[in-house]
Formats: sequence, structure tokens, C-alpha cells
Amino acid sequence: MNFDLMAMQAFTGLSLFTILTLMALGLAIVFGLMGVINMAHGELMAMGAYTTYFTAMFFAKFLPGLFGIYFLVGIVLAFCVTFAFGWALERGLIRFLYKRPLDTMLATWGLSLILQQLFRQFINAKEVEVPTVSWLQGAWAVTEGIALPLSRIFIIALAVVTAATVYLFLYRTRWGLRIRAVTQNRPMAGAAGINTERVDAFTFALGCGLAGIAGSSFTMLASTGPTTGQAYIVDTFIVVVFGGVESLLGTIASAFMIGQMQSWFEYTMSGSMARASILLLVIVVLYFRPNGLFASKVRRA
Amino acid sequence: MLSVSGLNVFYGDSHVIRDVGFDLAAGESIAIMGRNGMGKTTLLKSLIGLLPARSGKVVLDGRELGAARSYERVAQGMGFVPQGRMIFPYLTVEENVLTGMENVADKTVPGWIYETFPVLHDMRARKGGNLSGGQQQQLAIARALVSNPKVLVLDEPTEGIQPSIIKDIARTLTRLKQERGFALLVSEQVLSFAMEVADRFLIIEKGEFAYAAPRDQLDTAKIHAFLTI
Repeated sequence: MNFDLMAMQAFTGLSLFTILTLMALGLAIVFGLMGVINMAHGELMAMGAYTTYFTAMFFAKFLPGLFGIYFLVGIVLAFCVTFAFGWALERGLIRFLYKRPLDTMLATWGLSLILQQLFRQFINAKEVEVPTVSWLQGAWAVTEGIALPLSRIFIIALAVVTAATVYLFLYRTRWGLRIRAVTQNRPMAGAAGINTERVDAFTFALGCGLAGIAGSSFTMLASTGPTTGQAYIVDTFIVVVFGGVESLLGTIASAFMIGQMQSWFEYTMSGSMARASILLLVIVVLYFRPNGLFASKVRRA
Repeated sequence: MLSVSGLNVFYGDSHVIRDVGFDLAAGESIAIMGRNGMGKTTLLKSLIGLLPARSGKVVLDGRELGAARSYERVAQGMGFVPQGRMIFPYLTVEENVLTGMENVADKTVPGWIYETFPVLHDMRARKGGNLSGGQQQQLAIARALVSNPKVLVLDEPTEGIQPSIIKDIARTLTRLKQERGFALLVSEQVLSFAMEVADRFLIIEKGEFAYAAPRDQLDTAKIHAFLTI
């Protein structure tokens, strides 16, 4: 293997890592912190992607001069739309199902089917393409043999910014403290004086909003269809479970490991064998460390 | 100031607290004593809103608490230290204390907390889950006190704590109560601790108060009879 190939391979792994990180951040909050198994999380990513698609259409029609920045607007809008939807979803459905994981799974699975059908019915049954803005087309040729696609570089930057923002928000702000207290012990957080209902709605909405950002950025890599969410959800769950629930850094480390493994395994064996090997590895790890690879160890009260 | 009357609490069909009523004056302290399973924890949990009461009135400073949520009760002036401490294991000591300050304008841990519990200052950057039982108990008390409660409710604070620390906690509570002017409602099985902190004793037996006496008229033999198995 020559140097160029090595570098490209490492870059592919890095890119996959950041994609997985973006996917998993939202679920790390909704499932990892809150313990809500939201089967419709993938559809929220699709919702973010569709929001970006509509933003693109809007800019193309009414503001063609500003088309260059539509993608940034689309990401922000995707966050806002999915955040609002998440808030409504928590207030209208999820909050009645806390402590009932099986019911939560069934209800959100039903929701995911409904959303898929709505996408099919009212948007487009076929996949839609989002035009890539000019400044993200092409690749950055580092040397003659190495060319790194700009869209992937953008996703790496977006993942870094998003992850850093989420981390600072959770660990450096008053809202973050409330979220961490409520997710560790909801009744006690209430008895300490925290408005748990507001915090629950906000936390869930935040996780959904992050799914929206992920979905929005993936429009650069693939087209968006009604079942797009299904394609993302499995990887997302694997990353979160492998990293250990309740651990944001664990989620990121897990995304890194799975991303690297995937890209290297795919180089040495076929795609499906690579997937199977990773799943096998995840099972073995969870057998010995059921709380995930990076669960933090403290005396539980 | 805190007035409870006709309180009934059920677990499903099982009637656990039966028509309980008592009054707690400002600055007063009451110890609720009784064996395991007699309803101490159920009574206190229902007062802080962790368990719904089926009927009865809880009035704090003239305000009926009715179906108020826990956090609303804390805002009204209740502080709660649960059985088993229930500190947040993954939050640092300082963050644990800050969770109690939702209703306080200043969002930094007040100096008197660290003066009263120096060990919390030394350990402020450690995770709550890595503290010893006695340190966690002090942390849970600090978390409840920073909201400046009118009534501090403690559920079996001595459980699983070594005797020398129990004495410290009793002294600290008595001193803080005078300095900060809150009333105390504590459930206990350890008579020596209750004797140090309480002005008045209520014995709970099968969900009802079976005996009540102020400290100076206390028949300790009778209390022992209620507490021994």
C-alpha cells in the first residue's frame, strides 16, 4: 500500500467517524441520557434533510442571488424544525410513556411509519436531490495522488463544531446542569427544585434538533427519500450502545472506532463482511461490558 | 407554619398513611419515629410530592399545596433530603449543590455552605458518586439548604452512616436551624440522634400516629417499645 492510498483511507475513516458522530449525538441525548428509545429518530433526520431540500428550492426560486449560502440557512432551519417537532412530540406523546420502554418503542415505531407515509404522500415518493452549492463541489487536491472531497471536509468541520457546542452546552451552562441532573434522577431533581417537565421537553427537543442537523448535512452525500431515516437509525443505535449510554465522550470515541474499523475492514474484505465483523465485535464488547465500552465508573447512590 | 390534616396515601389498594395530621411551627423540629414499613418514608415522600396523596390537606405558610409538583413545593419553601441521600452520582459535588439553587438569584454556592461542610469544599470537583456515605449525606443536606427552605425534611439521615458522623450531623443541623431559622421534620429510627435534634416526637405505627410527646415529657421506655422488633 502506498502513502497516497493510506492517506485517502485514513481520510475516509475520519469522514465516516464524523458522519457517525453527527448521527449519534442526537440519539446520545435522547436514548443515552434520557433513556427514551425513539424509533422515529431516523425520520427526524429525514425531516432535517427535507427541510434543507425545501430551503434549497426556496432560495432557487426567490433568492437565486444568495443561493451560495442556502446550505447554512438550511442547517439552521433543519435544527429549528426538528427541535420544534421534538418539543411537540415530547409534550404530546413521549412524556406519557416514561418508565414504559416497550410502549415507547411501539409508539415511536408507529410514528416513524406515519412520518414515512407522510413524506411519501405529501413530499415525493421518489428520492429528491439537493443541489450542492458551488463552494462545496469538487475536491481539495493536497498532492497529486490525494484529493479530499470538499463536502466531506465540510461535514468534518460541522461535526467538530456541533460536538463542541453540545459539550460546552451540557457541561458549562445552567441548562446543561439541569439536563444532567434530571437525566440522572428525575424524581430527585424535582425534589431539589428543578422543573423536570420543562427540562424533559427541552432535552428531547435538543436531541431531535441534532438529528435534524445530521439529516441536513447528509443531503450532500446522498439523496433523500421517505425511507432515508431507516438507513441511518441502525448505525446510530450501534454507535450509542457501543460507546455506553450516559457518556457523550464515549459516544464520540465509539463513533471513531466504528468509523475506522468500517473503512479499514472494507479495504481488506467485502462490504457486508466488514459490517458483520463490526457487529460481531460490538456483541463481544457488550457481552463483557454491558454498559458500553466507555461507561464511567462511580458508586451509584 | 406547615399544617397537615387528614392525609391518606395509598399504594394501589394498600392504605399506607391513614388520616395523618400534625402541625409544625416555624423553627420547631419534629422527629417521626417508627419501625421499618410503618409509613415514615411514604409520609415524607407524599409531603414533597414524590407520591400522590389520595386525600388530605398540606398547607405551607398559608398556601395549600394540593397537587403541586415537587419543584413547586421546593419553590414554596420545602427542602428535601431523601432516604439513601440520592445525590447525583455523575455530577461533581459543586454541581450537586447548584442543582438546589433553581429558586435563588445568585448562582454560586454560598460561603456558609462550605464553612459548614468543609469536606464538600475540599471535594468540590469530585464526582458525587465517589464520596463516602457520610460525605454524601452532608452533600444532600447542603443541596436542600441552598434553596433557603422554611421546612427541611430529612428521611432517615443516619441510615448507613458511622456514629461519629451522626453526632456531627446532629450538631450541624441544630446550629443551622437556629442560624437560618428553618423548621425541621425528620424521620428516624435512631433515638439518640432524634433526641439531639427534635423538640417533639411522633410515633408512627401502621400509618397512624400512635404516640406524641415533647422532648421533656418523653417516655423513652415507651419509644423503645415501639422501635424494637
